[in-house]
Amino acid sequence: MISRLRPRRPQTEPDPYSFGSRPYDLVKEFVLALVAVVVLTVVLAAAFSSPDVKPMTIASWSQADPGDFTTTALAELDGSSDTAGYGPPYNTAGDGQKLGPLALARAVGVTHPIDTAEAFVLTPLAAAPQSPDVTAAISTWKSASADQQSGWTGAYSDALTKADGDPAKVPAGDYGPVPTMLGQLTRQAQSGSLEGQLLSETGFYHSDYTLPLLFLADGGDMSAQAQTQHLAGDQWGMMNEVGNFPGQVWLAPYTFWYQISPYKTSGNGDALVWGTMGLVGAVLLFLPLIPGLRSVPRYIPVYRLIWREHYRSRAKA
Amino acid sequence: MTGELLDATTRPDPQSDPQSGPDAGGWTGALRRGIFDKMPPEQLLPDTQPSYVASWIYVFGVLTLTAFLTVVGTGTVLALKGAAWWHVSGTGHFVNSLHLWSVELFMTFMSIHLIAKFFMAAWRGKRVMTWITGVIALGCSAFTALTGYLIQQNFDSQWIATQAKDGLNSIGVGAYFNTMDFGQMLIWHVALLPLVVSVIVVWHIVLVRRRGVVPPLPLPGAPAADAPEVHA
Repeated sequence: MISRLRPRRPQTEPDPYSFGSRPYDLVKEFVLALVAVVVLTVVLAAAFSSPDVKPMTIASWSQADPGDFTTTALAELDGSSDTAGYGPPYNTAGDGQKLGPLALARAVGVTHPIDTAEAFVLTPLAAAPQSPDVTAAISTWKSASADQQSGWTGAYSDALTKADGDPAKVPAGDYGPVPTMLGQLTRQAQSGSLEGQLLSETGFYHSDYTLPLLFLADGGDMSAQAQTQHLAGDQWGMMNEVGNFPGQVWLAPYTFWYQISPYKTSGNGDALVWGTMGLVGAVLLFLPLIPGLRSVPRYIPVYRLIWREHYRSRAKA
Repeated sequence: MTGELLDATTRPDPQSDPQSGPDAGGWTGALRRGIFDKMPPEQLLPDTQPSYVASWIYVFGVLTLTAFLTVVGTGTVLALKGAAWWHVSGTGHFVNSLHLWSVELFMTFMSIHLIAKFFMAAWRGKRVMTWITGVIALGCSAFTALTGYLIQQNFDSQWIATQAKDGLNSIGVGAYFNTMDFGQMLIWHVALLPLVVSVIVVWHIVLVRRRGVVPPLPLPGAPAADAPEVHA
């Protein structure tokens, strides 16, 4: 028991009660505080309520903006969407972000494999009863070579861009089965069945919304709505709440980094922010053990304000 | 239950009991001594306090605790009624509003409490672990609140889920903590994280009661060392 033989360090602080004491009713203080907080909570809830903006659905998105839906579905089909090129944990199309030499995302690997063409287009089409022309289109797509497929999607993408994203204005061309497939997918989306088909890819019981949320996020309408609700990344992002509600103000030290370079411009911005927050958190956690930093409160006279009664009474004594 | 029938005159005297001593009572005795030797009842529930505890800033500790209990209470009602209740019921929406505002108060009070303790250098005198548990409580509470925002089932939760995933995926955490998996986030929010926060809060309060309120910093010129004991 070496530690028992080691001389004890001298007590660095006096006994709190050596400064004198006064009566204190802890339970009464607790009850009064609880009543005060409950009353304040009720007043705030009654006065300001809480926001509840309805969720965006794939049906509402495809009905309101079929062009954005078709463009997104095409990107999922040809592998050019954000999700298709994301990397781990969804696929190997990208390396994932790095924190200096640490490629943590890649080290963990693909844990939620997503083939966007299969997950967002081909499987939902196969899950529904289809007309002969759609069935033939799917069959044509699956039997085509990769070069042929990219030729069709490239041509259709160019045509869609020229038509300002409106599939109805795309002229006839060599697009293979792509317009037929995406047209049917749009009809399934507008009818509301696509969401259920995406969810059912995970089984009978549904609680994982990864696929429909990624599909929505790959489109342009969701971020546009977020922009109008001042939720975008350059608007201090997710710490905000819709409307004028305070939101997660306590995330400001985290969201702050996304507003400045190099965090907001780096391809590894998210990893850099998390690395920085990890460092800041460690400093805060172990502040009492860091020489210099732990002495900072002594040089800021806030403590004189907090203990002014004590210092005044000691001066009189 | 023979032991319950023994009165004071027939119960073995610990002083004369050959089993008495440092190891008396086995694990049970050790636990009892560990609790009550270090935390006698008058220290756990004191009716006096040091005379220097005379500022409104001290109120934010108990305000944080009571706000936390309000958060747990309102959250329990929401959990009992189900995740979708507040979208279809006026009463449910009001309870959700109570939950939201109690969280806002809780995080505000806790932040003020932490800032005040920083300016008091409240880690002095073997109070390092008290500070550390407080910081962990703040971090875990922020994480719990994030999961709460993720299970709102509205546009806000959709947006936060798709944005928060990028940060977590960038460091590999997203492989195990999927912000877009509503079921996983629901369990984290209503079971796992509240349990973690509760344990840390209780630990923090026990340390506060055990070590007492940190004494005032000495004014310049007065002798003192700022190096804290590293053991809690």
